[in-house]
Amino acid sequence: MMDITQQLIAQKESGQKAFVPYIVAGAHGLDALEETILNLQSLGATALEIGIPYSDPVADGPVIRTVGGRALQNGVTLSSVLETVARLSDRVRIPLFFMTYVNTIFVYGIERFAKRCSEVGIRGVIIPDLPFEERGLVQEAFRTYEIANVPLVALTSDEERMAAIVREAEGFIYAVTINGVTGRQVEASATADHFATLQRLTDLPIYAGFGITTAEDVDAMNAQADGVIVGTAIVRALEEGQSEAIEALFGAKSLK
Amino acid sequence: MSKGTFGTFGGQYVPETLMTALHELEEAFDEAMESEAFHEELRALSVDYVGRETPLYEAEQLTKALGGARIFLKREDLNHTGAHKINNTLGQVLLARRMGKKKIVAETGAGQHGVATATMCARFGMECIVFMGAVDVERQKLNVFRMELLGATVVPVEDGAGTLKDAVNEALRYWVTHVDDTHYVLGSALGPHPFPTMVKQFQRVIGDEAKAQHVEKTGKLPDALVACVGGGSNAIGLFAPFVDDASVNMYGVEAGGEGVETGRHSAAVAERNEGMLHGARMYLLQDDGGNIRPTYSISAGLDYPAVGPEHSYLDSIGRVTYDTVTDEEALAAFRYLSEVEGIIPALESAHAIAYVRKLAPTMAPDETIVVSLSGRGDKDIHSVYEALGGERV
Repeated sequence: MMDITQQLIAQKESGQKAFVPYIVAGAHGLDALEETILNLQSLGATALEIGIPYSDPVADGPVIRTVGGRALQNGVTLSSVLETVARLSDRVRIPLFFMTYVNTIFVYGIERFAKRCSEVGIRGVIIPDLPFEERGLVQEAFRTYEIANVPLVALTSDEERMAAIVREAEGFIYAVTINGVTGRQVEASATADHFATLQRLTDLPIYAGFGITTAEDVDAMNAQADGVIVGTAIVRALEEGQSEAIEALFGAKSLK
Repeated sequence: MSKGTFGTFGGQYVPETLMTALHELEEAFDEAMESEAFHEELRALSVDYVGRETPLYEAEQLTKALGGARIFLKREDLNHTGAHKINNTLGQVLLARRMGKKKIVAETGAGQHGVATATMCARFGMECIVFMGAVDVERQKLNVFRMELLGATVVPVEDGAGTLKDAVNEALRYWVTHVDDTHYVLGSALGPHPFPTMVKQFQRVIGDEAKAQHVEKTGKLPDALVACVGGGSNAIGLFAPFVDDASVNMYGVEAGGEGVETGRHSAAVAERNEGMLHGARMYLLQDDGGNIRPTYSISAGLDYPAVGPEHSYLDSIGRVTYDTVTDEEALAAFRYLSEVEGIIPALESAHAIAYVRKLAPTMAPDETIVVSLSGRGDKDIHSVYEALGGERV
């Protein structure tokens, strides 16, 4: 399999904007997770971010928290999500990423987690509470099993810090577009300089995430970034069974 | 690389958005520690506003009743606002002012830290928002009213069990969203670096004073120290100046709730299960999937699923002995100290007293114990009344 970083750089260079839906694993049971993944793939997702439910998700707003809380109550665990992904791997052509809080994988065992990810076809992991300073916790295991540790950069990260972060980055750069939790509204006027700086610092694709809720937001952020991650809006639409809302997001002009 | 670690514990497990604020805070804290003007301002307000130094009171009646070691109470209950919490909020609010922050956010469990934070914000004319679990809002109504009197906005948190852990989550989320103009006054020896070190620094006045007072009264160091441990700020404040004094035995008392064996407790050291929560690696109460477990204690201030990273470390190297006391024992100690010494302790501090009732009789009369009486019990009168069945004593 091609290195995930090279694969995503090639996609960027081909001029295709990335569209990465975020979903909460097990929001409607694990059978529905399979269906959702395949459905989003056929709609044109270029990759998927699968959120592992956790009891104390400090980076998430109320929508994702509520849905994640229900998944936990239904007994969804990291192990059961890994097994679901394993059953799917021959039908999934797009790269799959996990979004997980650090304690979930720490308790599972970092080495065991990385190994199992590579076996089931997970290409990278986004850990919102594992900043650059703490990357040593996962570095060795992730390298051994070729799992990308996708870093987040924030509006509060200054240029020097961003340069250090992107130098070691793998997969893509997750650029957080707001100060806040998931689901708050992004303002493209506030992020332009930030993305321009970031583009100068790295060849890796930069995906904008947090607060992107409409097709207009997708276009506005794609003008600054190489792709977008849409979480709360997708999770809410899946909750409410509004497939038109999801199709509208995929219909954004910048994705044509 | 990882910063602010105690052995493998501690660190900075927080969203990237907060990292710059943590670096700025660390820098400002280090500068303040080097600044004579800062120490002078802190000292002057500690004396005239907080009421330090607090007495080290020899509890002769308690000593006589228990028949063993001489017992000294470090009277943090006599501080302004009624607990040790104000030592930390005074220091952090002064620091926030130096950093040019306009707003303060805090979490609170029992309400003591919230009241202490609201107090310092009132004193310095700063905007103050306090997150408090909805269950705690209900069981500590008077402290909610106190905070509001002091001009703070109290926001009930409905998430999770509606207690301290959920209030910390929400305070962190608020801080991420308002990081530019807001300082987060974390109330215990918890959280990402530099909080555990900073909170210890502002609380070590408890131990520094107690050490000098004890030497003056007895001509020697104490043989034992006892303090209750939730997150662990009063305990780390008392212990810090004695850690290198090998002759001093130290005891941290966790909330055993209905008994550790029932699972309904808040005693994280009792299970020695490592994990990351609220920015630090420490001992946590969690399930097999790494999800944080519900906790329980009659004392809202101890009702938290972890102990701070330095306590986790002090346990791991065997320097401090951690043990538990049940609700029932704490309630009995609450009444006992009231009757024997005429001092009504906070339910948190009653855990330390309950432990002393077991420890003192095992020690010789020429040995001494210093107990941190971290807060006064006025706030708990109503819940104790109810716990005792609403009957007359």
